[in-house]
Amino acid sequence: MNNEILACFPQWGSYSCAFRYLFENGFGVKYLTPPPITKNTIDLGSKNSPDYVCTPFKYCLGCHIEALNNGANCLMQIYGSCRLNYYGELEEKILKDMGYNFNFFNMAEINFKSPKSIMNHLKIVNPNMSILKVASALPTTIGIIKTIDKMEDYIRKNVGFEVNKNEMENIFNEFKQKLDKTYSHKEYKKLKKEYLKKLYSVKIDKPKRPIRVGFVGDYYTVQEPFSNYFIEKELENMGIEVHREMNLTNTIINSKYKKVRKISKKYAKFNIGATANYTVAEALKYAKNGLDGIIHVKCFGCTPEINAQTILQNISKDHKVPILYFSFDSQTSETGVKTRLEAFYDMLKAKKK
Amino acid sequence: MKGYLGIDIGSISTKGVVIDENLEIVASEYLWTEGDPMAAVKRLLKVLENQLKDKDIKIVSVGTTGSARKLIGVMTNASVVKNEITAHAVGTTTLHPDVSTIFEIGGQDSKIIIIENGYVVDYAMNTLCAAGTGSFLSSQAHRLGVSVEEFGEIALRSKHPTNIAARCTVFAESDLVHKAQIGHSKEDIIAGLCKAVVTNYLNNIGKGKKFNPPIVFQGGVSKNVGVKKAFEDAVGHEVIVDKNGHLMGAFGVAVLAKNSGIEKDFSFDVADIEFKTTGFDCPKCANHCEIVCVFKDNKLIDAWGNKCDNGAVKIS
Repeated sequence: MNNEILACFPQWGSYSCAFRYLFENGFGVKYLTPPPITKNTIDLGSKNSPDYVCTPFKYCLGCHIEALNNGANCLMQIYGSCRLNYYGELEEKILKDMGYNFNFFNMAEINFKSPKSIMNHLKIVNPNMSILKVASALPTTIGIIKTIDKMEDYIRKNVGFEVNKNEMENIFNEFKQKLDKTYSHKEYKKLKKEYLKKLYSVKIDKPKRPIRVGFVGDYYTVQEPFSNYFIEKELENMGIEVHREMNLTNTIINSKYKKVRKISKKYAKFNIGATANYTVAEALKYAKNGLDGIIHVKCFGCTPEINAQTILQNISKDHKVPILYFSFDSQTSETGVKTRLEAFYDMLKAKKK
Repeated sequence: MKGYLGIDIGSISTKGVVIDENLEIVASEYLWTEGDPMAAVKRLLKVLENQLKDKDIKIVSVGTTGSARKLIGVMTNASVVKNEITAHAVGTTTLHPDVSTIFEIGGQDSKIIIIENGYVVDYAMNTLCAAGTGSFLSSQAHRLGVSVEEFGEIALRSKHPTNIAARCTVFAESDLVHKAQIGHSKEDIIAGLCKAVVTNYLNNIGKGKKFNPPIVFQGGVSKNVGVKKAFEDAVGHEVIVDKNGHLMGAFGVAVLAKNSGIEKDFSFDVADIEFKTTGFDCPKCANHCEIVCVFKDNKLIDAWGNKCDNGAVKIS
């Protein structure tokens, strides 16, 4: 067995380029970009998970199995204030029972008040790492994440009106490919400038008052396109301006949690779990800004989002904004999703006239 | 005169309507899909052709809706292929312009559509499970040894409907068996079932919605007077059942075909042409998309199911 460390974090939107930068330039280990999620990923995940676990767990587990089969030997999982907190422990146990051999960096186990605990856990990734190097790679990593979020936000709002189809997607994909070969802050800065310029200069033909839809939901389902059956893409293809605020920038890097609690106060006095307060605040903001409709997605059985869902019904009534709800499991019928989206679009279009 | 054909191919039944330029229904048929939408549509077309024999109607445009809308749309060269929610809303608002709430219960789906000033403003459709839909009622009717057509009449005779769990079909069924075994009368059980269907519908689909009159109830189950009465008892308003309520999707999509202004060649000969579909798993990536190819007289005319360009089937 060779001793080279090959780290991998589960697939999550477009963030793997940022994680790669952190691991290769900060921790000094190789990073395996997880293969894109396919039906195979979710099949593997479902097969080896408890049936009633939330769907994102199945995606993460499937992704980790694929990564291990591709030679990864250091896996990691984040934590949160819902069942996400148990993901790491359960995943590690299932994978070890399956006979895999790997190091596991479980953020839920870190005591963030103790620098020693943090150090010990970071050393799971690479025992010889230098904390200075990790620290110096962080600003670029954060920069990459912010740029990705900025670009995706722009794309969501404009790609439906492209004059030449697929132009934005091609530019964004090229940017991500180049990022995967970036090793310095300077290189990244140059790429950022170049590709933002390219993106902004794509020709669009946008009507004055396009149909605008807000996209809200649980942290994973709303951010990982495969797990929400590419709803954003479907909407964009219908010529809709899509708004979505849930991303790493808005939740962790520049946490808006205090603001969110304030905005959602009228509807949710307490913390209703995980990112459900974000869901409420975002939906309320979209309703107040006069968006034509809101789509709420959650994974089947997500308790915090069930809390949010009942509140959204009140927002829908008070602000007269239609909300379409989806609950996804690993077995959801694609035709059913399309039928409902199509009808939602017909409804918004007829209302707009 | 010009005619417009609307076909609604559901999981359980297939409906067809031909309207003329004044939106009058000149021919219509309702038959079972029997798991083979293409064969059902062929039978449907034969019947409609017969009904139109002595009338001077030429079909210039076809619309399809229902779960097999895409397949049948290709087969009939349709100008409009529309989801069933929109089709139903258009159909009902054409016949009842003042409608505010539409209750719809079909073979395997149920939906609610809220309308304000003739426009759909909100809707909901059942998600994962088919509890409380037509197929549930017909299987329970079978279990009780009555035909689903007389179900409603029997329910009306009951004075004390039995309480039957409404949340889930499996619970409802075991409740029903249990109640029958301890001696509840058939009428009461059947009336209880109708009530359970309504409770289930209002709790799931209608959750958080306001039911303003006029309310129109449609879909196959609307023919069941027992369910209609249970709805009226539950919401406290009169519930209108149109005599063509079971055809509303087909009617709506015929109206959409007319409004589209697109005219395409259509001939009833389609019923004699051989159509075939084959499916295969695309081997090009790990998604293993299930691709469906449609052949007309052994010539490939359309294909779908691929998530990416790798799986695109070339149509020569």
